Amino acid sequence: MEAIVLQILSGLDGGSAYALIALGLTLIFGTLGVVNFAHGALFMIGAFCTVTLQRLLSYSHTVIDESQKDFLGNPLKVQVPYIQDWFGEAAANTIIDWSVPLAILFAIPVMLIIGIVMERGLIKHFYKRPHADQILVTFGLAIVLQEIIKAYYGANPIPAPAPDVFKGSFDFGVLLGFDANRIIYPYWRLVYFAFAALLITGVFVFLQFTTFGMVVRAGMADRETVGLLGIDIDKRFTIMFGLAACVAGLAGVMYTPINSPNYHMGMDFLVISFVVVVVGGMGSLPGAVLAGFVLGILQSFASMREVIEFLPGINQIVIYLAAIVILLTRPRGLMGRRGVMEE
Amino acid sequence: MSFSNLTRRGLIQTGAVAGAGLALPTYLRADGHSGYTNAPTGDTVTLGFNVPQSGPYADEGADELRAYELAVEHLNGGGDGGMMGTFSSKALSGSGILGKKVAYVTGDTQTKPDAARASAKSMIEKDGAVMITGGSSSGVAVAVQSLCQEAGIIFMAGLTHSNDTTGKDKKANGFRHFFNSYMSGAALAPILGENYGKDRKAYHLTADYNWGYTTEEAVRTSTEALGWETVAAVKTPLAQTDFKDYVAPVLQSGADILVLNHYGGNMVNSLTSAVQFGLREAQANGKNFEIIVPLYSRLMAKGAGENVKGIFGSTNWHWSLTDEGSKAFVKSFGTKYGFPPSQAAHTCYVQTLLYADAAERAGSFNPCAIAEALEGFEFDGLGNGKTLYRAEDHQCFKDVLVVKGKENPDNEFDLLEIVEVTPAAQVTYDASIFGGELGTCNPGA
Repeated sequence: MEAIVLQILSGLDGGSAYALIALGLTLIFGTLGVVNFAHGALFMIGAFCTVTLQRLLSYSHTVIDESQKDFLGNPLKVQVPYIQDWFGEAAANTIIDWSVPLAILFAIPVMLIIGIVMERGLIKHFYKRPHADQILVTFGLAIVLQEIIKAYYGANPIPAPAPDVFKGSFDFGVLLGFDANRIIYPYWRLVYFAFAALLITGVFVFLQFTTFGMVVRAGMADRETVGLLGIDIDKRFTIMFGLAACVAGLAGVMYTPINSPNYHMGMDFLVISFVVVVVGGMGSLPGAVLAGFVLGILQSFASMREVIEFLPGINQIVIYLAAIVILLTRPRGLMGRRGVMEE
Repeated sequence: MSFSNLTRRGLIQTGAVAGAGLALPTYLRADGHSGYTNAPTGDTVTLGFNVPQSGPYADEGADELRAYELAVEHLNGGGDGGMMGTFSSKALSGSGILGKKVAYVTGDTQTKPDAARASAKSMIEKDGAVMITGGSSSGVAVAVQSLCQEAGIIFMAGLTHSNDTTGKDKKANGFRHFFNSYMSGAALAPILGENYGKDRKAYHLTADYNWGYTTEEAVRTSTEALGWETVAAVKTPLAQTDFKDYVAPVLQSGADILVLNHYGGNMVNSLTSAVQFGLREAQANGKNFEIIVPLYSRLMAKGAGENVKGIFGSTNWHWSLTDEGSKAFVKSFGTKYGFPPSQAAHTCYVQTLLYADAAERAGSFNPCAIAEALEGFEFDGLGNGKTLYRAEDHQCFKDVLVVKGKENPDNEFDLLEIVEVTPAAQVTYDASIFGGELGTCNPGA
């Protein structure tokens, strides 16, 4: 029982990342009809927004400390962050410690701009082209973006720890009445799950209860008719692209303490996220979220030692097996709508 | 009357043979004058540096390339000479190799065996490289070593830690200076016993490829000999990025030690997950739970940040060593690039000097003469104390460093502290235990 609870918990935070990326993918596909293979790169850029902010906050001037030596035996050059000069050491340390949550504020405008520039500068030229062309161009763009990041930040992972207050883990099992030390779970992963739930709710509320969202939903259902009503639906869809980029970017920002950011992290999520979208049902936002969590939990169970010993290699293929079974039994996915990507 | 018996068929046959001959790779044509592949004919000799310039180990590859460039500079008489001044052999004089100026070409292994073979092949065939060296993966090392054997070229391996490189996949034309999984296990076990006791239950997470298997086997064998019990060994996909699903059940397994047989990004991510899940602070079986990383790299430790603190592992070399050779290399490298060299940079630099020295002592670039000069060669002054290039398997035997993530680093490079220098005798094994056949040297002729 403890193992089951633990794997469900473990699946929830993995599912959170899948759900957030798949949600953005579905938003773009549902509004613009574009299969965006650069979406994983947006997740990665979000993570590097954290790294960038961390570096900006740590931007330093050099002070020579004669009492210490560097690795060559020369007087040590100590880097003193400018914010330490401005706010004092304690305040500076607190600000740097909280750089991951602060990066949310930094990433929102950055990701919106990147999303809008991407859509206006490149992707709009491929709206009327076949999906294969869209996949090729967005996949190419993803490679370009990750190579740019690698050229600037290097290939090694860069640590971006959570604030001290969220470091460590707590005994979830004791809360549920199990023995101590049986179900240990990191604080930050719970924060990530809560953040994902909040963000997903926010997107649904925005689409469901605002005029802008209503127009977008109408445009998703029948773009031409909405256009005939004199509404500039293209402009709204561009903003939706920016919003989807923002969702992916924020998912990346908050993911950094879980896994140190590296240039390849977007690609690691991309394929699975597409499976999530297909399993959830092309164009279905609730489907993407549901499939994200279902597949996350399924993958978690398939990674159990007992399961791997019984079915070696199942941990590597379970998501694809599940996709095959679901698509055979429900060809439109869990919550797919009739007419989406169908002749 | 005709003096020619040339027929249309004869012309086609002759043309085909001539065309095939011209199309043959350089190394298969075998230099008729020298008797070996790519014999240098001008006043330069070309070395091929095959390192990961793209992909996940690109930073490690960049450090290898820096070391190679430094080695070439020193061989050609530039800079401060680095370890040439501390090397026990005095055959190198700073005037190139055998009077020829050292030039080099580079290839990108991408940390993929196929890509690495293609880039090595190109450097041999198109650029006339007389030796290939470098790499950051055992899969790549084994693949390129095999190519060099066929081509009649010496391969001086870079960072490769699997037992197989000089075990079941060893080749007469291949040489490894870097240590291996067996040595890591043999060096680590006594320290682990001293620090964690002999009644321990270990849980292994192992990268699902060749290096992971040999490392798990080495650590299991050496720790079980101590009295430890292995409660589980789980293979993790090489492409895994989040190890939560593998780390979360560890505490429930009854284990009190987690061994992470991972390298590179895998190591950074699995260690991060293990620390997040509270394993560093946990208690199990009435003892403090402990984590072990058998193979450390400073570059990777940097990626894992403060998570490495207090965690034991092993390494081939570390910049904080205080022997004259290490000091000379760190000074040379640090002055040129502004930061200390990694263990990958060290082994690549040393391999280049060892190759050049062997050529000087052999008086030839013939790979078989160089192999003969390297086999059984004993040397000192290159940072690892007295070292033997064992003739039977072309593996270097030298002291191994047991290190621990430093609790209070003095600077950004000060991530690992040396806990013990394990003597070479303690990590030496019988050359036959890993199988394989060295075969005979191939000069390419």
